[in-house]
Amino acid sequence: MVTLKINNKEVSVPKGATILDAARKLDIHIPVLCHHEDLCVAGNCRVCVVEQKGSMALVASCARPAEEGMDIMTNTMRVRSARRHIVELLLAEHRSDCTKCHRNMNCELQKVANDYSIGEHIFLDLVEDHDYFVDRSSPSFIKDDSKCIRCQRCVRTCEQLQYVSAIAVAHKGAEQKISSFHDRPMSHVVCTNCGQCVNRCPTAALVEKTYIDQVWDAIYDPNTHVVVQTAPAVRVALGEALGLDAGARVTGKMVAALKQMGIDSVLDTDFTADLTIMEEGTELLVRLKKALVDGDKEISLPMFTSCSPGWIKFIEHRYPKYLPNLSTCKSPQQMFGALAKTFYADKRKLDPAKVVSVSIMPCTAKKFEADRPEMRSSGYKDVDFVLTTRELGMMIKQAGINFDTLEEARYDSIMGDSTGAAVIFGATGGVMEAALRTAYEIVTGREVPFENLNIKPVRGLEGVKEASVKIEGCVDDWKFLEGAELKVAIAHGLTNADKVMKAVRDGKAEYHFVEIMACPGGCIGGGGQPIPTNQEIRQLRVDAIYEEDEQMVLRKSHENPEVIAIYKEFLGEPNGHKAHELLHTHYVEREAY
Amino acid sequence: MYQLGNLVQELSDKYGRDRASLMPILQCIVKKHNYLTDEAMVEVAKELDLSAAEVYGTASFYSFLDTEERGRFVIRVCRTISCSMKGKEDIMQTLEDLLKIEVGDTTADKQFTLLETNCIGWCHKAPAMLINDMPYTELTEDKVIEIIKEYMQK
Repeated sequence: MVTLKINNKEVSVPKGATILDAARKLDIHIPVLCHHEDLCVAGNCRVCVVEQKGSMALVASCARPAEEGMDIMTNTMRVRSARRHIVELLLAEHRSDCTKCHRNMNCELQKVANDYSIGEHIFLDLVEDHDYFVDRSSPSFIKDDSKCIRCQRCVRTCEQLQYVSAIAVAHKGAEQKISSFHDRPMSHVVCTNCGQCVNRCPTAALVEKTYIDQVWDAIYDPNTHVVVQTAPAVRVALGEALGLDAGARVTGKMVAALKQMGIDSVLDTDFTADLTIMEEGTELLVRLKKALVDGDKEISLPMFTSCSPGWIKFIEHRYPKYLPNLSTCKSPQQMFGALAKTFYADKRKLDPAKVVSVSIMPCTAKKFEADRPEMRSSGYKDVDFVLTTRELGMMIKQAGINFDTLEEARYDSIMGDSTGAAVIFGATGGVMEAALRTAYEIVTGREVPFENLNIKPVRGLEGVKEASVKIEGCVDDWKFLEGAELKVAIAHGLTNADKVMKAVRDGKAEYHFVEIMACPGGCIGGGGQPIPTNQEIRQLRVDAIYEEDEQMVLRKSHENPEVIAIYKEFLGEPNGHKAHELLHTHYVEREAY
Repeated sequence: MYQLGNLVQELSDKYGRDRASLMPILQCIVKKHNYLTDEAMVEVAKELDLSAAEVYGTASFYSFLDTEERGRFVIRVCRTISCSMKGKEDIMQTLEDLLKIEVGDTTADKQFTLLETNCIGWCHKAPAMLINDMPYTELTEDKVIEIIKEYMQK
């Protein structure tokens, strides 16, 4: 431990902690722009400067380790004046069209400018002289260089969390910018659309491509039937966008708000998450049987989950050789979309052409996924519009709804029922746990041998998790699995995914089933979730997800009554002909660079 | 550039495949091919297990690692203050007239590219320019014509 003084108050922090860490411990606020808890130190924006007694220069508190006996002042005239100049200089190169901006009222630069009462700009406005580029090529996000303050959070995110580096710092001096490979459109580079950069951008240089107006138009159009699905992770994060504490569970309020907004039918992606377990669990068992009993060499193991569209695009670029290992199951979002304009429209006697299918996702890659040409199994675009958790938060505000005092409502029926197994899809390890709860029971006729169905070894925020389940007491159909040890792995964040892929490629890991989610923490940490997202907030959202699971009456996908019914009435068997037509997909090889 | 893959491989064998090898490899490619094509940057990225954006980011930082097409002879006229005061504008005008291109452009026959550069350290003998690695100093209009004519013969 080292002990130092900040604003004349003593504080002790572990060796290696920064002055900023120490200040936070004392509840002293220091503004930051380039600093982010998830990322390495950059120290390039300088807005966090503080005065150190005995030092001529101001020091960047986010980068300077605390030392024994340091005497730090955070609010002297020098500090204040320096911070103001730094913000003014950033503003000189920032298009400050705040009222038109997607991040208005939720912009870190705007907040610092406000905190330091920046009025008339004292420096020349350099924005108009610059030929800035706005890249709208991705269906998921917009990159607007005129808003960029070059803090490089996005670059560090793409490199450190996601091992993608689709963007890097290019050029220098006044020309410096964040660029893709040779300024190619973001739609034509290795970007996975995960939106982690969007979640970390302090300004609106990177924002999701918004479809709020299109959804309002659909709601107001009397000739359309708007059906909404909400992803598992949204219900434990939406509250943050509306002023509630991180980890607040707001499922009922969210449903109520959507109904008040005028959505015709509020349904649940959790329903198709349960369906995914039926399809993916069956697919895994069939693959195991073909590989282990029939000796089929063509069968690719391990099988990888396919729920996360960021992960899908990553493997399509980086490890196309392993595309046969991906489960052919569509993600729950796309299964829902395909069923909304077939099964659901039929049941409700609606013309599928008039059904507008909207999904609320913690994700920006889902916008890309919905646009994939493969995702038109219903004969229409299966999911018309994808909104992030943040966009839904904005719409609820626009509708003038007081979220906090809303009375909870329940999902509508037909594709509104779900189980605890579905809700845990939102956290890393959740798909694995849900799949094991069902697959184990199919094979042995008994519940998974974990207390209260909680498969703890697959839970938690460790980057790569491994577990094995010994299969004993199989029913007759699955006798060949008797005594087998099912080996599984779970990775979240593409940097961890890449580690698993390298281990698989190099023959260093023998897994049967691997769950991969593109975002740190899984969907609860998705690129479309409220800003900020960091480790502490991820943990609170994960806790909320498992609480949500615990309080469900049904906690195994195969017990979802609507799932049982849809197979009986419409789909036939899991992995059957109709299921394949609507619920499964294929992948494409993409360039690695 | 059909032998590009081989060249990048040879250079990586020579300099190594860690991040620090990126600069010498890029420099050698520029020396050989005048500039870095997109294909070359992708080859380097593959060989060094970097992303193409990172290679481009590094290359674009350095004025002498061009990522746009360049001619066989790259002329860089010093634009900093000493050279400006000693008649850099006239030198530039003479070059533009002679080569029939504007600053930033490359001649149709891909022989010459005309650029400006920041200080090259010849302030005491201004105005100055570089042609590839060779400095030319105390330039006058006549001197420039003579030098360029010489290069045209090469």
